[in-house]
Amino acid sequence: MSVLVLAEHDGRALKPATLNTATAAVRLGGPVNLLVVGQGVGAVAEAAAQIAGVAKVLVADDAAYAHPLAEVLAPLVVSLADGHAAILAPATTTGKNVLPRVAAVLDVQQISEITAVLSADTFVRPIYAGNALATVQSKDALKVITVRTTAFDAAPATGGAAEIVTVSAAAAPSAVSAFVGQELAVSERPDLTAARIVISGGRGMQSGDNFHLLEKVADKLGAAVGASRAAVDAGFVSNDLQVGQTGKIVAPELYIAVGISGAIQHLAGMKDSKVIVAINKDEEAPIFQVADYGLVGDLFVELPKLSAALPSP
Amino acid sequence: MKALVAIKRVVDYNVKIRVKADQSGVETANVKYSANPFDEIAVEEAVRLKEAGVVSEVVAVSVGPAAAQETLRTALAIGADRAILVQTDDEVQPLAVAKILKHLAEAETPDLVILGKQAIDDDSNQTGQMLAALLGWAQGTFASKVVVEGGKVLVTREIDGGLETVALTLPAVVTTDLRLNEPRYASLPNIMKAKKKPLTVVPVAETGVDVAPRLTTLKVEEPAKRSAGVKVADVAALVDKLKNEAKVI
Ligand SMILES: Cc1cc2nc3c(=O)[nH]c(=O)nc-3n(C[C@H](O)[C@H](O)[C@H](O)COP(=O)(O)OP(=O)(O)OC[C@H]3O[C@@H](n4cnc5c(N)ncnc54)[C@H](O)[C@@H]3O)c2cc1C
Ligand SMILES: Nc1ncnc2c1ncn2[C@@H]1O[C@H](COP(=O)(O)O)[C@@H](O)[C@H]1O
Repeated sequence: MSVLVLAEHDGRALKPATLNTATAAVRLGGPVNLLVVGQGVGAVAEAAAQIAGVAKVLVADDAAYAHPLAEVLAPLVVSLADGHAAILAPATTTGKNVLPRVAAVLDVQQISEITAVLSADTFVRPIYAGNALATVQSKDALKVITVRTTAFDAAPATGGAAEIVTVSAAAAPSAVSAFVGQELAVSERPDLTAARIVISGGRGMQSGDNFHLLEKVADKLGAAVGASRAAVDAGFVSNDLQVGQTGKIVAPELYIAVGISGAIQHLAGMKDSKVIVAINKDEEAPIFQVADYGLVGDLFVELPKLSAALPSP
Repeated sequence: MKALVAIKRVVDYNVKIRVKADQSGVETANVKYSANPFDEIAVEEAVRLKEAGVVSEVVAVSVGPAAAQETLRTALAIGADRAILVQTDDEVQPLAVAKILKHLAEAETPDLVILGKQAIDDDSNQTGQMLAALLGWAQGTFASKVVVEGGKVLVTREIDGGLETVALTLPAVVTTDLRLNEPRYASLPNIMKAKKKPLTVVPVAETGVDVAPRLTTLKVEEPAKRSAGVKVADVAALVDKLKNEAKVI
């Protein structure tokens, strides 16, 4: 039996999350089929076929799939379930939106955000904001799983030569839901979840304007910029920068937390980073309990010093 | 129109949870419980829609132990009109919760069902999507703005790249994100009033839903602890450590 992976892409290119999910799929055993759904996604399918370890790329290319509406994607995925032992998607906002809809139709209890595959039916997943790790065994014949991408290495993007198969895009446009519009944040910086270095600001930043102090450091390091919930709620930066239990999960080589106290909900999103730096004026701030290097000081003094001390890229 | 709101009793978000020594679960004795924060946002949204004259009745529902009545009282104090507890002492996993909610939705025929996007104990982020699937309704997940107009609900969703707006035909399911609203503090008079509002208790067996868990928890462990590192004296020392010790820049 094969494993089906719902690929994540933006219509032009595959998202790196697809590669991490492919690795989890390989661990489950059996050939891995990658499903690419969208409109005009020929190039994406070509790229998907190159991923090492992928047996088949299933492509559903149709105007009805121009936007990843759960109401349209779920029936397609359900129609392809047959012959698969498991269906996986990255735990991105798209995967989280679509996959439980698939699971419910198939009468399967989804296993959310797995961080390890122990066997074909047993997985590890964090609960309580990552303060506990549960090992769960599924009794369902078919497994429906979202994958925490930071927990799995990316599969090599090249080296594979999968067959590309067109699947009938039986989609009627959704009668109950319609895409209206999008406001996507445009940034020159690397994607938060894929960046090698992330620098995040919290309530201590005091305003959105002050984020330029942090961006100067980010520019020198080629880093992505993130934020705490408090900074997002206060309107300093947009919601898609929130790192944490209910925001994005990141695990870069280096995470720099600036003016962030270190609430468990924030730690849940970054504590698996390789090296953590904290800059905070309160030496008692809980963030120092997880930081490899702590700098006690006023961020308005320390950030300019830091950007000055770093070489230009 | 009627709104149904799902509210789960969970360990309070401020509690530093501890894993039991026998690895069977997390310590829940003598721990503070509260309404799941996302569900308070859901109740607040429904009550605001009622105050705006869009919704005529707000019904809060919970699946859980008798103590979840307290959680439902919180919803009633925020402004829900009545509450239903589907009572059980057993663990009910998201698929089964969705089936129970479907059962209630069929009886109550709401136009809108609002849930939290995620319960902060199991962190599943599934129930709303599953409910929408079982009912064959549209879903607006991770909502940061909800506008009801002309038989549709416009939902602005927090997605990885920014924001997305979808138009859903009613009846529909909405799940809340953090920025949807800031729940009010219930006033003392409203807390008193909430005590008199109707709260129906239904044994889970009456719903006819099979709640046997599909996932068996084999063990629960504590994650590897990160140990605190060192404090550095200044920026120069920090840059030096990052370059020469951690070798990450
Ligand atoms: C359901 C739920 C979900 C949540 N999800 C998330 C989530 O996903 N992500 C998240 O981040 N939070 C989340 N939270 C919120 C979390 O509990 C905290 O409230 C939040 O992380 C605090 O953000 P903060 O550290 O920026 O602010 P604060 O806790 O206010 O900390 C600000 C810090 O800045 C320091 N500071 C101030 N001025 C300066 C200065 N000049 N120089 C240096 N340091 C300074 C202070 O010493 C302090 O430590 C969630 C909460 C709930 C209830
Ligand atoms: N036992 C329950 N009782 C009432 N609502 C629930 C229950 N479990 C989940 N929900 C609802 O479903 C949402 C998502 O939960 P979950 O899918 O478990 O993360 C929650 O925010 C609640 O609104």
